[in-house]
Amino acid sequence: MASALINVPARARRGDVIEIKTLISHVMETGYRRSQLGARLPRDIITLFVCTYNGTEVFRAELHPAIAANPFIVFSTVATESGTLAFHWTGDNGFSVTESARITVE
Amino acid sequence: MSRRTSRREFLLAAGAAGGLGLASVIAVEPARATPVAMEDAIRKVIGSARVTPGRVKLDVPPLVENGNTVPLAVSVESPMTEADHVRAIHVFTEKNPQPDVVSFRFGSRAGRAGAATRVRLADTQTVVAIAELSDGSFWSARADVVVTLAACLEGV
Amino acid sequence: MRRLWVLVGAASIAASAFAGEIPRSERRSGYDFMGRETRAMQDDDTANPGMLWVLEGESLWDRKSGAAARACADCHGDARTTMKGVAARHPSFDAALGRPVNLEQRINRCRTERQNAPALASESRDLLALSAYVARQSRGLPIEVAVDQRMQPFLDAGRATFHRRQGQLNLACSQCHDDHWGRRLAGNVIPQAHPTGYPLYRLEWQSLGSLQRRLRNCLVGIRAEPYEYGAPELVDLELYLMWRARGMTIEAPAVRP
Repeated sequence: MASALINVPARARRGDVIEIKTLISHVMETGYRRSQLGARLPRDIITLFVCTYNGTEVFRAELHPAIAANPFIVFSTVATESGTLAFHWTGDNGFSVTESARITVE
Repeated sequence: MSRRTSRREFLLAAGAAGGLGLASVIAVEPARATPVAMEDAIRKVIGSARVTPGRVKLDVPPLVENGNTVPLAVSVESPMTEADHVRAIHVFTEKNPQPDVVSFRFGSRAGRAGAATRVRLADTQTVVAIAELSDGSFWSARADVVVTLAACLEGV
Repeated sequence: MRRLWVLVGAASIAASAFAGEIPRSERRSGYDFMGRETRAMQDDDTANPGMLWVLEGESLWDRKSGAAARACADCHGDARTTMKGVAARHPSFDAALGRPVNLEQRINRCRTERQNAPALASESRDLLALSAYVARQSRGLPIEVAVDQRMQPFLDAGRATFHRRQGQLNLACSQCHDDHWGRRLAGNVIPQAHPTGYPLYRLEWQSLGSLQRRLRNCLVGIRAEPYEYGAPELVDLELYLMWRARGMTIEAPAVRP
């Protein structure tokens, strides 16, 4: 699966509040479902999403099984300077994905 | 107001009448949480502080087409300065197997105290959002959501 | 218990109803029957979960496969040009097999015949990704399956399946989708069943899936034994559904409840 879809404006004016949309493929197995043989399917979810802006954390979301599969998270941040926005997803079974996007702030 | 049939009851009724064994359907654990369990979960996250209804905007469709994926947005009007900002917004449900849904954490760099995502709702129920402000105050909003079941259940 | 009565009621009403084709002017996509939020999910490529599979397909397109060590791109170049309209014209006649094949089968024919690679399993991640990527290139184009003399018998078979009562509920597809579209079945609105958006992200599945998966779900829903993936009955039915939806716009990858 293509890991993640990130939508960040490529450019912004200093001080603008920009909206960031992220979509990552993950089954988000709740841990409450049972297989056809009755065995409980173990939980397998993304538990944490963190966004850093040139290394500084600007947003975080703690996820529980109630977040739908292929988690979609939309949030905002202030365009302070040009640089790199990094997105980290971590979860059960050592799940760890990092994506980044560049932004030019004028 | 008639009581909404839970997903589990529907599966049992449909299976009994349809004759097709439910063996092929992956059964969903019955919704177990209660309003009390939700209160406990809230206390665990925010401690013993007082929560005042208001200031939080909770956007969730009143009637969802599918409880597996429900768009949900929360926001609080706030200047989002270092001195006056929203620290976090937590979301809970009354009847999911587990009351916690998500916690969004903001800082003064957020620009806007708001976030959106897609959640799972196991049954018709109330969703609660609690915002934690930098001055230590807590605010909340509630939304009632009706969750319908797909007419033709998947067996394959 | 109340929901069961709705299903039983529909069956008895349908006994006296006619099964007529929906007039062109009244044809509507499943999109029109969805709620605002679900429509918004489909409209925004940055929020549409189906796009995850499209992106995966885009990278698979360039990957060399099989004994022939060929990528799709080696023969077909840039999919954005060469695959335009392809999904809108499938199922299409395969001369070697002497019958119509759907898009997934066409992709697998290329894999086995041209790439000398094993066929991709039905509903597998790779096959869904490739079909999503190819179907995406037809978005905005009208469905136009070609039905000539060779295709006619298969179209007729598909039409017969659509109108045949099946399953323990003894329902024909036409009874819901021709006669009672727009009405409600246990909380959902019955759509007209036009395959304008496949492969699509179904909220019930929390995943992308093919038209055949949806057809098998429907068959289970009316308590009928579902045909196997790739069965001629399903491909003929796909052909009929695409022909029935001729002129309608492809929306792939769509989002549906």
